[in-house]
Amino acid sequence: MSLQTMLGDRQKLAYIAGQAADARLNVELETEGMTLNIGPQHPATHGTLRIICRLDGEQVVWAEPSAGYMHRGYEKLTEVRTFPQVTTLVNRIDWLGSFANEVPFILAAEKLMNIEAPPRAQHIRTILFELSRIANVSLFLGDLGVQMGAITPVFMAFRDREYVLNLIEGATGGRFHPNFDRIGGLKDDLPKGWIDETRGVMKKLRNFCDEMEDLLFGNEIFQARTRGIGVIPKDIAVQYGMSGANLRASGVDYDLRRDQHQPLAWDKIDFKVWTHPDGDSFARCWIRLQETREATKIVDKLLDTLPAGPVMAKVPRIIKVPEGEAWVSTENPLGEMGYYVISKGDLGPFRVKIRSASFNNISIVPWVLRGVFVPDVITILASLYFILGDIDR
Amino acid sequence: MSPLSSVDTPIAELPGDALRERVVDQMRAALGTDLIDTLVKPGDDVWLRVSTDAWRAAGFALRDVVGLDYFCFLSGIDWLPSPFGRGEDDPSEPQPERSTEIKQGYTGGDTRFQVFARANSTSLHFGVNIRADIGDDMTVQSWIPVYAGANWHEREAHEMFGFNFAGHPDLRNMYLPSGFEGHPMRKDFPLLARMVKPWPGIVDVEPLPGEAEEADTTETAES
Repeated sequence: MSLQTMLGDRQKLAYIAGQAADARLNVELETEGMTLNIGPQHPATHGTLRIICRLDGEQVVWAEPSAGYMHRGYEKLTEVRTFPQVTTLVNRIDWLGSFANEVPFILAAEKLMNIEAPPRAQHIRTILFELSRIANVSLFLGDLGVQMGAITPVFMAFRDREYVLNLIEGATGGRFHPNFDRIGGLKDDLPKGWIDETRGVMKKLRNFCDEMEDLLFGNEIFQARTRGIGVIPKDIAVQYGMSGANLRASGVDYDLRRDQHQPLAWDKIDFKVWTHPDGDSFARCWIRLQETREATKIVDKLLDTLPAGPVMAKVPRIIKVPEGEAWVSTENPLGEMGYYVISKGDLGPFRVKIRSASFNNISIVPWVLRGVFVPDVITILASLYFILGDIDR
Repeated sequence: MSPLSSVDTPIAELPGDALRERVVDQMRAALGTDLIDTLVKPGDDVWLRVSTDAWRAAGFALRDVVGLDYFCFLSGIDWLPSPFGRGEDDPSEPQPERSTEIKQGYTGGDTRFQVFARANSTSLHFGVNIRADIGDDMTVQSWIPVYAGANWHEREAHEMFGFNFAGHPDLRNMYLPSGFEGHPMRKDFPLLARMVKPWPGIVDVEPLPGEAEEADTTETAES
């Protein structure tokens, strides 16, 4: 049986199971429902996301996430900041992969100003981008175990993530919020000895991925809890605007690193975009594991081809961005993160629309939780992987 | 092939300007005079403006005719210049006079508010920015029948700008308390933190003492 027909069958099964759950709940079981409130302060929700589930027995009839407990109004705040000041704000959107948040905004400003960072700056940007992806997703892999009752992976994840954070700190000075990207380039060049250290850490991280694959992904309990659970078919995933690993786990071969022209270094190297046909919780977790390993290889390849030269283009000391509009999005650890920047030729932006990945990824929750059982709610939420700051902005 | 291996699909060509021009032609054929203005920036992006009444029809045309399957975002723009400037006024002094001229960006417009959205194609690897004017009734059709993902984006636009989306089943507030008055993303909604205390960061953007003339000259020379 070819992969394509398998994909179709699995999706059909998911549809049928969903409809059967609906019919059963609506027609046969007329028992009294119960409303279960998960969060906003609950260890299984990764932050202050509140989920209201209406249950019938063990099955979820209706679920609605209630976001907004961490809304900081960044879109409004950008209107009273200058362009260089905005990176400090956007750093805090997805706080586990902060550097990756700065890049699309800076690229949008550079697009409007019609300047381009020098090749070395583009390369280092891409390296730091991939390092923040590793720091972000390795924590996800550890946390995933905790959601299923395995305590060990999270300690391993924190241990190995620390190496990556040290690298980011070594280059930028900030462990969590680097604020290192500038319009026209980077604040600084890489410190001495950083490249060799990075190669060593990438080896360690590949070992971490192997360990995780043995320990977690080969585990029978893990497979039983994730395989065939929370299936999101391709057509549903795209119309909800799911992106990143969640979309690729549904079999959509879409990765902005490869699929668009950007003044970053991804098009200079060869890398694999992983997809999985199943669209279930297991597929989403598995894709993230492969992407972490792929990211370590990308960093290695970028270090091999790192060009010499300046890291800052010539830009005016006071940055005024010409009138215009620009949309730039990149493939961030959580998915497509984009900024629609409107400038009126002022020191600061007129309007910035922040398109964050988790907002779209989590808006599918009412659809995907319908008809699942209560313990699966937690694994599905864990596999969808959201950061609260990325939903609420 | 085991289910653990990945699917290899051929990589499509990256989009060219011919593709972007084709989108404009397709949309003009589908919408006729309801497509008011277009802008294709070579090597960059496509902007379309449609009439308010054709908002949902334009969404269907994007999805079914152009083939944009992936919903990116939907939001609003308030084109009124902020009466509070950038929030750097001294609260003890009277407010300076500011221009209230509404000047829409790319593809123009007739109203203060516009709804704008973006959809992408996962196979052709390009996207389209589309917008429509919002009149005094602040109402536009909902895009939920086109892309189910528009649901939350429309709720956000409803509370932040006060747009009404006809056909949206549930326009509850997402972020704000349910009894909140006002629409925070409108330009005439003050950022209160900036109203009560002058912004200390203002020194960052002013030229240093003695450098004022020099800064002006370098700026024109280098930009």
